[in-house]
Amino acid sequence: MNAPVSQHRDVMRSQLGRARGLGSGHSGTGHWIAERVSAATLLPLSGWFVVQMFRLGGDDYEEVAKWGGRPLNATMLTALVISSFYHAEVGLQVIVDDYVHGKAHVPAKFAVRFGTGILGVLGVVAVLKLALGRSAPKA
Amino acid sequence: MQDVREALYVGSRSDGTLIRRPMSPHLQVYKMRLSMFLSISNRITGVAATAGSALGVVWLTALAKGPKSFAAARKVTGNPLGQVILAGWIISLVWHTVGGLRHFIWDAGKRYDKKELNEDGPVAVGVIAGVGVVLAGALLCVSGCRAHRRSKARKAS
Repeated sequence: MNAPVSQHRDVMRSQLGRARGLGSGHSGTGHWIAERVSAATLLPLSGWFVVQMFRLGGDDYEEVAKWGGRPLNATMLTALVISSFYHAEVGLQVIVDDYVHGKAHVPAKFAVRFGTGILGVLGVVAVLKLALGRSAPKA
Repeated sequence: MQDVREALYVGSRSDGTLIRRPMSPHLQVYKMRLSMFLSISNRITGVAATAGSALGVVWLTALAKGPKSFAAARKVTGNPLGQVILAGWIISLVWHTVGGLRHFIWDAGKRYDKKELNEDGPVAVGVIAGVGVVLAGALLCVSGCRAHRRSKARKAS
């Protein structure tokens, strides 16, 4: 009661700031699980990709395009691209949360989502074109 | 107020005047330890692996576009600088994977005491160095040899 009113008002505003931007948003656990699940998904998919690259590295266009056009390979590639860039999005978001403060925070998060999203879609479209878009090879 | 987190630093003295509370000790006061280095490098290699995967998508797009752009992509991957970047991508992926596997072990509640952490750190470094160098070397050698054989066969025919 004795303390000056204006200063307490400042403290009150800080409390509002605290309520607005801090504390649990009740979405952290989901983010954490998404990071782990996509990481676990990536283990077998990347292992598959490394084996494929041993079989394929240095090959000519025809062989590589034929490889990418097979349904099983196209499926695995699509899954790999999606989980890679999903995992990248989730991980990079945490890095932005930790290091990019102030005005740059929201644009940086948009940039992460947009960048990883577009790259993922580009990868999927490329694989789909390989799998579906080529004319059937002449027998 | 630029950052709402500033709100946490507002404190008041017993006489009611407002002060900015001191920050807790930051990076510069700690001695660099292996566990600290591995934690930071796990993030950095994650970013590097993402950049490499972006290049991987560019490679896939070149493959989907046709023989001409695939030939251009092969010029990049066959170039010494391209080979260094490829090796860097592979090693980043191995590094980040080993870091991630350690996270899985910790999430399961295992090997998370100070003593165990300090025991496992050097093992992780060894695994990263061994697997990373062997995988990158083997993959680049196999690819290079096959490309060489293919181009020879094409010239002969």
